[in-house]
Amino acid sequence: MATATATTSSAVPATAFLRRQGANGGANRSLRWARNQHQRWSPRRSGAAVITAKFDLKPPPYPQDALEPHMSQNTMSFHWGKHHRAYVDNLNKQIVGTELQGKSLEDVMIRTYNKGDLLPPFNNAAQVWNHDFFWDSMKPGGGGKPSGELLKAIERDFGSFEKFSEEFRSAAATQFGSGWAWLVFNPRPSDGKELLVLKTPNAVNPLVLGYTALLTIDVWEHAYYLDYQNRRPDYISIFMEKLVSWDAVSAKLEVAKSRVA
Amino acid sequence: MALRTIVSRKTLAALGSGLRAEARLAASRGLVTFSLPDLPYDYGALEPAISAEIMQLHHQKHHQTYVTNYNKALEQLEDAMAKGDALAVVKLQSAIKFNGGGHINHSIFWKNLSPIREGGGEPPKGSLGWAIDTDLGSMEALVQRMNAEGAALQGSGWVWLGLDKDFKKLVVETTANQDPLVTKGANLVPLIGIDVWEHAYYLQYKNVKPDYLKNIWKVINWKYASEVYEKECH
Repeated sequence: MATATATTSSAVPATAFLRRQGANGGANRSLRWARNQHQRWSPRRSGAAVITAKFDLKPPPYPQDALEPHMSQNTMSFHWGKHHRAYVDNLNKQIVGTELQGKSLEDVMIRTYNKGDLLPPFNNAAQVWNHDFFWDSMKPGGGGKPSGELLKAIERDFGSFEKFSEEFRSAAATQFGSGWAWLVFNPRPSDGKELLVLKTPNAVNPLVLGYTALLTIDVWEHAYYLDYQNRRPDYISIFMEKLVSWDAVSAKLEVAKSRVA
Repeated sequence: MALRTIVSRKTLAALGSGLRAEARLAASRGLVTFSLPDLPYDYGALEPAISAEIMQLHHQKHHQTYVTNYNKALEQLEDAMAKGDALAVVKLQSAIKFNGGGHINHSIFWKNLSPIREGGGEPPKGSLGWAIDTDLGSMEALVQRMNAEGAALQGSGWVWLGLDKDFKKLVVETTANQDPLVTKGANLVPLIGIDVWEHAYYLQYKNVKPDYLKNIWKVINWKYASEVYEKECH
């Protein structure tokens, strides 16, 4: 996500390759995801030699069954293959021919957030971004505790990892209706605390609120209903114990700090 | 004692007569608490439009949780009021709105549905049928409009056929999360509410919300809606 600034060149961004080598170790496993495994941007020419840019559905950095049994392949096939895909497709349809076309995803998001007076494409744009971020927040064999600078920062701002974990779980469990819970980095803290836990409704995310996202959990019902039904607290516990990618969170914290240093 | 009476009366008045039957007086405390209403049909009776699995989870887990948490919030509210803790009272409002709204909305929802063999899906005769044609064009137009609004709703919420009792006109509205219809207008009376939270359809219809909306009309209980309409319109 830190390298997600748009480019309209036809070169494949380096991150696409790093993802496949690092996480999968081979091209075959990434083929289990559906047909379109393009890089983020795919400029293409129409018959009238007009270049149109559109957003693509990016696959998660692990195969569809890699998070079993904590998040089933069944859930992933719907959550990524249907919900996330629909946000991408509908966003593209909504912005074609408008001034938003050709802008980066983050740019579209912030413009359509419109300081809280949401414009129609916001829901789709933000949900594309949120889901990309969510897949990156998890990994096979995840969970456990963070280490190094991240752990120090958590202990400094929350008192202990356990207190952070309790606050994060509580935010995720008490977000009424659809939404997300986040660990974020605050670039301009008034109280000296760089890290905070936030919960947001529907498609709203910390980016449009001025923070840098480090970790998220999707608490829309479609994220957990097939595997956990109404038991959202169980889903949240399993997410913390078995799915969180603390490596990804640490990397994002490093980038966030280097920006303000 | 006077404080408790105020709580009870206000609670009952705000929620309408339909819920009085479910209220129990906790004799030792005087606080009116609520309980899960029974369904007037078996969990499997609405199949294939809505699966038994969904009906059971929806009633026994989701609605029950709203009732439990609503009662908890009301007890905390009574406590905060007795202590004169203004901040605590204000902080409890969102939990009361969410859980109380959830209880109100779902109590209406179970009455909005009925098995086909008991008249589910049969269009309304009488004054409500006429009002639909007059105010909304036709039954087809009503269904199309509610389905479109239900499908377009982002996140969680409800789509309603309501009666504006001041103007005696039918309206179609949506509300977010568990906001009752009255949050869109104090003069609005709910006739039919369709739950479009994902828990209402996901196990059966997955992401295809439009199919759920198309099918639910087969089990909509127009008899109940007509009764409510006629009572308001004499």
